[in-house]
Amino acid sequence: MESSPVSLTIDGRTIQASPDMTILEAAQQIGIEIPTICYHEHCTANALCRICVVEVSNARALVPACIATVQEGMEVQTHSERVHRARRTILEMLHSSVDLSEAPEILAMARNYNADPQRFPDAWRREPPVIDDNPMYIRDYAKCILCWRCVQVCAEDAQYTYAINFSGRGYETQISTFFHHPMPETTCVFCGQCVGVCPTGALKPKREWLLEQGYAPEVIMNLTRSERRGKKRRANLAV
Amino acid sequence: MLTPERIVSTVCPFCGVGCNLELHVRDGFIYKVTSPFESVVNHGNLCVKGRFGYDFIYNPQRVTVPLIRKTPQRPGERTQAFDLSEWREVSWDEALDYVADRLVEIYRREGSHAMAVYCCAKATNEDNYLLQKMFRALFRTNNVDHCTRLCHAASVVALQMAIGSAAMSNTAAEVIENDVFILTGSNPTENHPIIALQMKAAVRKHGAKLIVVDPRRIEMVDYATLYLPIKPGTDVPVFSAMAHVILKEGLYNRQFIAERTENFDAFAASMEKFTPEYAESISGVDRNLIIEAARLYATAKNAAIYWALGIPESSHGVANALSLINLALLTGHIGRRGTGLNPLRGQNNVQGASDSGAMPWHYPGYQRVDVEQNARRWEQAWHIEPGGLSRELGLTTTEILSSVGQGGVRALYIMGENPMMSEPNLNHTRKKMQELEFLVAQDLFINESGAFADVFLPAASWAEKEGTFTNTDRRVQRVRQVIPPRGQSRPDWEIICDLAKRIEKRLGRPQTAYWDYRHPSEVLEEMGRYVPEYAGVTYERLEREGGLQTPVWDHQHPGTPFLFADTFPRGRGKFHPLEYAPNAEMPDEDYPFVLSTGRVLEHWHGGTLTRHSWLDDLFPEPLVDIHPGDAARLGIQDGDAVRVTSRRGSIVLRAHITPKTNPGVVFIPFHFREAAANLLTHDILDPQAKIPEYKAAVVRVTKARPEELGARAEPQVRGRY
Repeated sequence: MESSPVSLTIDGRTIQASPDMTILEAAQQIGIEIPTICYHEHCTANALCRICVVEVSNARALVPACIATVQEGMEVQTHSERVHRARRTILEMLHSSVDLSEAPEILAMARNYNADPQRFPDAWRREPPVIDDNPMYIRDYAKCILCWRCVQVCAEDAQYTYAINFSGRGYETQISTFFHHPMPETTCVFCGQCVGVCPTGALKPKREWLLEQGYAPEVIMNLTRSERRGKKRRANLAV
Repeated sequence: MLTPERIVSTVCPFCGVGCNLELHVRDGFIYKVTSPFESVVNHGNLCVKGRFGYDFIYNPQRVTVPLIRKTPQRPGERTQAFDLSEWREVSWDEALDYVADRLVEIYRREGSHAMAVYCCAKATNEDNYLLQKMFRALFRTNNVDHCTRLCHAASVVALQMAIGSAAMSNTAAEVIENDVFILTGSNPTENHPIIALQMKAAVRKHGAKLIVVDPRRIEMVDYATLYLPIKPGTDVPVFSAMAHVILKEGLYNRQFIAERTENFDAFAASMEKFTPEYAESISGVDRNLIIEAARLYATAKNAAIYWALGIPESSHGVANALSLINLALLTGHIGRRGTGLNPLRGQNNVQGASDSGAMPWHYPGYQRVDVEQNARRWEQAWHIEPGGLSRELGLTTTEILSSVGQGGVRALYIMGENPMMSEPNLNHTRKKMQELEFLVAQDLFINESGAFADVFLPAASWAEKEGTFTNTDRRVQRVRQVIPPRGQSRPDWEIICDLAKRIEKRLGRPQTAYWDYRHPSEVLEEMGRYVPEYAGVTYERLEREGGLQTPVWDHQHPGTPFLFADTFPRGRGKFHPLEYAPNAEMPDEDYPFVLSTGRVLEHWHGGTLTRHSWLDDLFPEPLVDIHPGDAARLGIQDGDAVRVTSRRGSIVLRAHITPKTNPGVVFIPFHFREAAANLLTHDILDPQAKIPEYKAAVVRVTKARPEELGARAEPQVRGRY
């Protein structure tokens, strides 16, 4: 059943869009770029990071463009001062608490929005230790921005395995297995869909991580089984 | 944070799904695999093997220098040499001259019938085309086969008998367009993981109804509307009883039967005896489930059938597959999008190796070797005098080994296969391997079969060469070189051409069959000239358009996502009357369990690759799955050492107590040399397809002492189903 298109304006330009389209998609159609972080075309949009917020006439709060659908007569501002301030603050808060060193897109965005990395100097940084509990990938949640893509691809967006979810609440929120069990003891099938969608390097193939730690390829390929599993220290092997 | 020097697109080397990969490389080291989200095959999703399992390339045990055995091997006294100290490192010239000398000497002395080759469903189309060309054109033998014989041979024979084709009729991704689909003899969450994702999405997101018919309670049962827990080998009665119900209740497609099929009356008469009650008495499946399944499948708008090796790997595998084909013909659920008959192929390139003629009864393109005009066509292609090529059907995989001996096969060339793990009844296989006069192994590792060889030729891995693979839905895709061959290893196609020229020179043939290819693209081009289905497949198009689904009849043809829209290759689809035949072995007091064999998610077949990968950490030792009820009766706890014994052999391994297997059925994966499942299986073959009955040997299970396990890896906790 084809429903008739709706008419709306985005940044002053009047366009026709199908009513099941999101504001993000409608804007993309006419070449207006709305920044996204947690959004991924392959995953269900959740409006978690709020970087895609836009100003909509008659709406009290800013509206996340990745999930809000277009409506007849809607007037959308994608780059107003209010929108920019919100985006800047989000980026500054991310900077204050998360290691963004392997998220070049977010860093570039922060520069574009003149975000001040030192705006919240006293913020409590999230710095949990790297979890190295299996031979396939590591989890470095100090880099995690809680975009939820990994949880979604582990669930209905791809794998239907449900090995991971949020644990904790508020600032304590972290992606975890149930009861923090080591990954091999969960339903995980090590497909690595989660690694494939991670935007910040929090999830990383084990061999990539070892290479970054300074191990030479030959050293990596000569690790013993228990060294690969992460049970024994590798201190003596570093080059 | 690492930045790659190069990112190279290629195709996964493991299963038949044919997932698209992007390999990230630095200093010749592949450190990461990703997948493009826009890929039509896998939409950015991968399984553990595709994403993490490529590291066998760098395994320190990989052999990258040509080797010749130090001690000359004699027929009957051939031994296995796993240790490099038993081999001499030689130059390529020495190795290839030695192989050519020995092969030509045996050929001259014994004749064509003494020569045989195992091609490889892991190698490219081009590698396989050339290897069968070498044995057909130079040694004039059709003793050319590969592991397709051990996997879907019966499906291929049945499909050819009934409709004249030998592949999946539809595209794997079309599963979301099914309203109802039957999954039988297949455990896709472990063996075709990406197709399983599409099946799960079909059920959860697109409203499809799934019917699982399987002797194991596989993970897909969680998604099923109906689960028919069938006893092993009772496929014909269950699917024929479904046909019986469809006939009795008038749910069949009269128009389709009249316009597209033949032999309906004889078939309908033969279904008379397959009442649901009769099927229940044989299969153990509740008659009402059979009736419901029949109604659900027959009344669906679009319904399809997917099957894997539980159907063909049987002494009546052809009949099993025909019972499925009959259902599709009866209801007309074929020839449209979202319908079809879909055997899920195992290996990354088993479809392609079969298409490329790595088969004893067919030239490339399924052209029968005993049809005069086909032989003439290939004589012309390979510059051979008229009458030069053999018109005799060659020996199949299992027949090649069983014919080894005086007056039989004397020389065997193995590219990439591992019969010492994959053949049934391995004690028998071992004797036959020992009796060979000359054995060449071309591989990455000295596996259980290569250890018997006189010469070891180190081949390049899939990431070190150019070529094409054809996946389970007939999609030809490019395999690209990512890194240079390790050590002195060389791509298979190069080794074959170099060797063929040396053999040709020794044979003194007046004209060369041609081996001076500069690139695999020229090999595919040659094949396309004589195989109409590949006529339009060129490297240039593959670069431009991505994958192409065969048949591709010419350079303009877009490829064929689904088959048989208007007609079947043989004209009308043919119904086949069926009879129930029990398995070759049935359980009795001495051997009360039926053994089913198969794969697990983390491993691949004989284990040559995955047991040399970190994948082995996830599943480091062989396990036998036993139902909790059976285990309680035998007093066996999870993790206990047990002895599993058949009439042919006995192995000791740890028990895994799980409801994943049904009462009376035990399951053992066949990847593990420590307890090779195929020591237990029997080599009774389907009479038409010559495929062994891997899925139904009878065994007994007894407690063993922990020390009998010997040196095994420390058990690994595993939470997945």
